[in-house]
Amino acid sequence: MIKFQNVSKCYGHTAILKNISFDIKQGEFVVLIGPSGCGKTTTLKTINRLIEPDNGKIFIDGKDITKANPVELRRTIGYVIQQIGLFPNMTVEQNISIVPKLLKYPKQKCQEIVQDLLALVDMPYEENAHKYPTELSGGQQQRIGVLRALAASPPIILMDEPFGALDPITRDSLQEEIKRIQKKLKKTIVFVTHDMDEALRLADTIIFMNNGKIVQMASPEEMLQNPADSIIKSFLGKHMDNGNGVPKLFAEDFMKTKVFKVPRTSRTLECIKLMSSKDVNSLVVLNDDDTYLGTVSIEDIKALGKPGKEIAELVTNDVITVSRKEGAQIAFDKLLSSKSNYVIVLNDNQTVAGLITRTSMAKALGEALWGEVL
Amino acid sequence: MSFIEFVSKNYNEILKSLVRHIELVGISILIGILISIPLGIFLTRHKRVAGPVLALAGTIQTIPGLVMLGFALVLIGIGMLPAIIVLTLYAILPILRNTYTGITEVDKSYTEASRGIGMTNMQTLFKVEIPIALPTIITGIRLSTVYIVSWATLAGLIGAGGLGDLIWTGLSTYNTKYILAGAVPSAILAFILNGLIGLLERILTPRGLRRSRI
Repeated sequence: MIKFQNVSKCYGHTAILKNISFDIKQGEFVVLIGPSGCGKTTTLKTINRLIEPDNGKIFIDGKDITKANPVELRRTIGYVIQQIGLFPNMTVEQNISIVPKLLKYPKQKCQEIVQDLLALVDMPYEENAHKYPTELSGGQQQRIGVLRALAASPPIILMDEPFGALDPITRDSLQEEIKRIQKKLKKTIVFVTHDMDEALRLADTIIFMNNGKIVQMASPEEMLQNPADSIIKSFLGKHMDNGNGVPKLFAEDFMKTKVFKVPRTSRTLECIKLMSSKDVNSLVVLNDDDTYLGTVSIEDIKALGKPGKEIAELVTNDVITVSRKEGAQIAFDKLLSSKSNYVIVLNDNQTVAGLITRTSMAKALGEALWGEVL
Repeated sequence: MSFIEFVSKNYNEILKSLVRHIELVGISILIGILISIPLGIFLTRHKRVAGPVLALAGTIQTIPGLVMLGFALVLIGIGMLPAIIVLTLYAILPILRNTYTGITEVDKSYTEASRGIGMTNMQTLFKVEIPIALPTIITGIRLSTVYIVSWATLAGLIGAGGLGDLIWTGLSTYNTKYILAGAVPSAILAFILNGLIGLLERILTPRGLRRSRI
């Protein structure tokens, strides 16, 4: 589908790409990764000719892309950038339909495309099509950025650190969405990132670059098992199971299992008593079938509670939850970006497994670094 | 004789001067726009010449109006033509500078996105850069207009007419009523044009870029 043949690029005397060759198959999700300045973004931008290589050839479907008109070439390749770049003077609908309009699709067709695509990311047309980018959250904006790239159904989509500026939780859900969309629409995606988590999660094939060269091109599994170079090992970091790497940790590995739980039917006074006897300031509240309902804090009870009232009425749901098989880093990210001091770990059946506090997180980090600590 | 009586007695003369004043301002701003906006866009595409051109326009701005009118009088003669040429020269800078900075300051992410998805240079200019820079460009036009209204009073000196005629008559005959009959409409005109162009700016600002939403 995409073929690089001995591609080189210099800026002045600095070689950015040194004789790069590789093949990307149709429908493949390829992630370019490496330290900054390794040439991954340059490689990406040579595909839609935003950057012209000095030497070498690039073929798409067997055709030399230098023979194509760059503007027409770009209209057949989707492009998503980190800064999103939705046009602020256009509505969501106008932004999405911009490439179909450049390609002179009929109006009716453009509107159908917008409706179908918005449905794909669960943003109802009526509610969102006429909004302006500034009226959307960061995550929604980048969803529209992705849809704009998809609009004219290009077989290839280039993504330049598209989720780099988003918070971890939004990034998670966008990663899931893009993987789902890619499988559903069978797109060939070339994706640049510096985040190994993202690469391992998304890629069919990872191309690891350093100093303008490809260090290793392999599937995530193979790269984890046989990293070709020490720099790849350091990028894989915690994902490595052996060797110098830190073992792979999950949320369950460092959660506290001592959690104070109360049924939804308990009364405010019981809760206050329990809190003061156990010296905690919030409790986990359970449904009748022991599944997680929410939390209740001493502040809430003081502010809103009346003696004898059922606790279910005061329960809030703003504490973030993670599954016990969630990766450690994701759980840490969620904890650090959350307003509360802890995240709740749930079993697969939605019962409470434990919770992770900042202290338990620090303890887990210490253990990973220095072995068992007190 | 009160000022009101003076105005009602010389109503026709004042009105005629006002109309001529508006003509002077309107024509020179219009020509100024036709020169500055394309020139400003050209400069954003050729940044190397932008510095010298903007410096030249800035220098013209610093030459006192009286000197400039004197030159025009010597070189071209009296009447509307030299006045319009001089006023146009003064109108250029604010519009030129605002067009240039307005377009230059359009965030790179927009132009990179527009190129990356396959817009031609012209499409990028007309669909992305100009709409986003439009509020800044119109602000330039507003600045120019407001002070060309006041500078146009000098045009009376070289026989171009306008409200300046009344002011100069008043100054040379120690007649404050004449001075006021020129100055007050000129101030009101500047005020009204400022408001009108401000309104235009709000209407033409793309909705996604407006600060306060309706």
